[in-house]
Amino acid sequence: MRIGVITFPGSLDDVDAARAVRLAGGEPVSLWHGDHDLKDVDAVVLPGGFSYGDYLRAGAIAARSPLMQDVVAGAKQGLPVLGICNGFQVLCEAGLLPGALTRNSHLHFRNRDQVLSVERADTAWTGDYEQGQQILIPVKNGEGRYVGSDADLDRLEGENRVVFRYVGGNPNGSSRDIAGVTSENGRVVGLMPHPEHAIEDLTGPSTDGLGFFTSILKAVVSA
Amino acid sequence: MSEDVTAGQASATAGLSDLDTGPGRLADRLDTVELATSTADDEQPWAELGLKADEYARIKEILGRRPTTAELAMYSVMWSEHCSYKSSKVHLRQFGDLPKSDALLVGIGENAGVVDVGEGYAVTFKVESHNHPSYVEPYQGAATGVGGIVRDILTMGARPIAVMDSLRFGRADAPDTARVLPGVVAGVGGYGNCLGLPNIGGELLFDECYAGNPLVNALCVGVMKHEDVHLAKAEGAGNKVILFGARTGGDGIGGVSVLASETFDAEGPAKRPAVQVGDPFTEKLLIEACLELFAQDLVTGIQDLGGAGLSCATSELASAGTGGMHVDLDTVPLRDSTLTPAEILMSESQERMCAIVEPGKVEQFLAVCRKWDVRAAVIGEVTDGDRLTVDWHGERIVDVPPRTVAHEGPVYERPMARPADLDALQADDPARLPRPTTAAELQAHWLAVVSSPDGADKSWVTEQYDRYVRGNTVLAQPEDAGVVRIDEQSHRGIALSLDGNARFARLDPYAGAQLNLAEAYRNVAATGAKPLAVTNCLNFGSPENPEVMWQFAEAVRGLADGCRALGLPVTGGNVSLYNQTGDVAINPTPVIGVLGVHEDVRTRVPAGWRTAGETVLLFGETRAEFGGSAWASVVHGHLGGRPPALDLAAERALADLLGALGGEGLVSSAHDLADGGLAQALTESALRYGTGARLALDDDVFTALFSESTARVVVTTSDPGGVKRAAEWAGVPVTELGTTGGDALVLDGLLDLPLAELRAAWSATLPALFGGPEHGTPSTVPAGTVPTS
Repeated sequence: MRIGVITFPGSLDDVDAARAVRLAGGEPVSLWHGDHDLKDVDAVVLPGGFSYGDYLRAGAIAARSPLMQDVVAGAKQGLPVLGICNGFQVLCEAGLLPGALTRNSHLHFRNRDQVLSVERADTAWTGDYEQGQQILIPVKNGEGRYVGSDADLDRLEGENRVVFRYVGGNPNGSSRDIAGVTSENGRVVGLMPHPEHAIEDLTGPSTDGLGFFTSILKAVVSA
Repeated sequence: MSEDVTAGQASATAGLSDLDTGPGRLADRLDTVELATSTADDEQPWAELGLKADEYARIKEILGRRPTTAELAMYSVMWSEHCSYKSSKVHLRQFGDLPKSDALLVGIGENAGVVDVGEGYAVTFKVESHNHPSYVEPYQGAATGVGGIVRDILTMGARPIAVMDSLRFGRADAPDTARVLPGVVAGVGGYGNCLGLPNIGGELLFDECYAGNPLVNALCVGVMKHEDVHLAKAEGAGNKVILFGARTGGDGIGGVSVLASETFDAEGPAKRPAVQVGDPFTEKLLIEACLELFAQDLVTGIQDLGGAGLSCATSELASAGTGGMHVDLDTVPLRDSTLTPAEILMSESQERMCAIVEPGKVEQFLAVCRKWDVRAAVIGEVTDGDRLTVDWHGERIVDVPPRTVAHEGPVYERPMARPADLDALQADDPARLPRPTTAAELQAHWLAVVSSPDGADKSWVTEQYDRYVRGNTVLAQPEDAGVVRIDEQSHRGIALSLDGNARFARLDPYAGAQLNLAEAYRNVAATGAKPLAVTNCLNFGSPENPEVMWQFAEAVRGLADGCRALGLPVTGGNVSLYNQTGDVAINPTPVIGVLGVHEDVRTRVPAGWRTAGETVLLFGETRAEFGGSAWASVVHGHLGGRPPALDLAAERALADLLGALGGEGLVSSAHDLADGGLAQALTESALRYGTGARLALDDDVFTALFSESTARVVVTTSDPGGVKRAAEWAGVPVTELGTTGGDALVLDGLLDLPLAELRAAWSATLPALFGGPEHGTPSTVPAGTVPTS
């Protein structure tokens, strides 16, 4: 099972995402932002970091890179895509997910271990969780405040497209405690917290994040 | 010898801009070597650039003529205190005289020392100050401090893998601290986070003496294979000199000489233009490009551009090499086309590197740079001769022997004098201070110490730092030391701690430096690591004050003697002088970093208690030692007496014991006792995961709680018999204190301190001072989600 991990200039958690894929039993494949080459991967992860230094707007420049054109085209054909943190920002900027991520309400970068509730256990990336399950994974961002108009947020919730919510404290002021959302078909998921940092007892606050990567391996097999 | 440095400093920036446009002749003509030869007697603004009369005379003697404007600029920055170590050099030689260590692959003199950590891995680490820039412009000063030390590590051929920061500010409630601290923390975080380097620990301390002189010391550690070590030297005539990274602009011109080498004058003009501006995104690309260049073997020699910019990089590369170097300054990519040649040579624009590359590899080199969107330009070549020459618009403007610029600067044996107030200070024994007499007072003092800005929860700061990126962080703040895995297969890793108790150093700089070394050594050992090597950042006042110079010399002597006793090499370091405003110097602040190695990071020992029913043991001996203690400072505002006694043999025995216990999995936590003594340590271990303890201390509970006797660690274990036997065998005194469990710290028959109350006091301090979080929860993991271990 080949899971691509894109490196943009300024990507930081690409090594972590690749490690998570490997520990879940998949084969991580490095993808380069400047190539029009998805290398026949079965799914794609857009990792965290500061692509293009967050210049212009976080994720804005990366969303217009050559490879993202192929990712957008692939997603429309059902290619599973996971955007973590900066990857989530890129997906919103690329129009694959609704809403926008803005500066944290308290204006600080914040890194802490965060409890999330799993609102949807039927997306391509969350099949190994139970609906309503609480998981503990790190959150770390300066621009992670999810926002949208009330009408858009109502529609998003009405369509049951909120995948994760913050529990026990909202780390960045996101509307309605939204931590992650999905596309209409449940194949594209974006979230601010970092499941790839919760995959080993040794280095993470839990191993709760591994489920993203085991989920996608199963989803790809059954697709 | 006490010259008027403030006068020179006040006009230093003005002096620079006068270089080419100033009085008389230079306005319309380029100051070439030819012109300098024919106008040997023309006056030059050497004093405004911070040079002394005898230093200027020596430059003329070296060159056999007056220096050109560009040469004068080069010598003035390279002979500044910051670049030349002219006041400290005679003392620092003691580190080089330490017995040879097998672990040391590259020693003092290179950008950073390199240590063998086994399995073919080499680790390079160094701590550096960016104190003065951080006071002037907190965010950019701190950010570029991180950027600079990261480039030092990268230059050695290593991938940077983590950073730490050691911060000191004036009183926590002072208005200026509220200006400086948030900017510094945001700058350390902003740069390190964007670079993708986990911040694994450090220090945050407050003292009146740092008002107007905050200390911002940043550490970076990198890892490579032995064969990947790169050195900063230019060899092989005909090899090309390539400047790559950001373009050169007007920022930071004269930064090191203006900011780092002279005392702030309350009356002086604003220094804002001399602080550099950082771009971590460019640095991230530079890191990846450099590592790819190293991997493809495209680099013969390499040097980063830090203080003194191109002047420093070219002269150091040429000086360390076998030949000379020629640079054509017109080829330097500029951000500002109006810069004069002297300004280009002195610019401290960030995110730049200089490499020596064989002609046949230049194309490949440039291709790697293009891949990473890194700008690169061939600016010169290595020559046969022994001169560093620089041309501008076809005319020669620099022609110097590079060693005289980079390595043969002035050396001073500054006069020294024991501080006149030291006898009185040491005689002011804290034994006279009133001690708590009731349980209620004891509890009040306990809460005061742990909720003081120095003792309080540091999450307000560390939550602004990414500690997870790269996925190898095993321990980070608030643990005793940061621990990072360097090999996922073998589980090998390293541990690092930075410590610098300045109260001890004020009372006795010789002992203070050793006590800081002992604390960092103990912190690393507490995680189960084997201590291996030492770095340092020596922050002091003006070397022109004989009392400060004495403090500096004593601290260096202490550190050297301490390292000799512990069998550890000093791999390098940094000196920051002139940390004073007016006549008032900071407390001597030798910040010491110790690196240790974990053969298997899975056996690391954390500081917090997770499990109820374990036995709490204290290793080491407690004496009534309160000189320079947190208790005396917090409760009585007192600094006096003698610092606690040093016993390096006991430290060594304790470290060996902790390493053995960690390796065998016999202890489930270990926490060093330092500032705030046992009270502070118990508080931190209990609050980490919300596990209390019931304890019985001996008769003198006050001393047991607040003494800062050294060579002590608290451990918890489910096998007290085995641990006690091991301690006895190792000759380490051991005392049983009690048992973990419950939701309070209970001292039998005396105190019952609910953890909730303790946590409220401990965690409220920094948010109350610097702005509380609007959202979210206390800093520990929420109840009901106990992490797996």
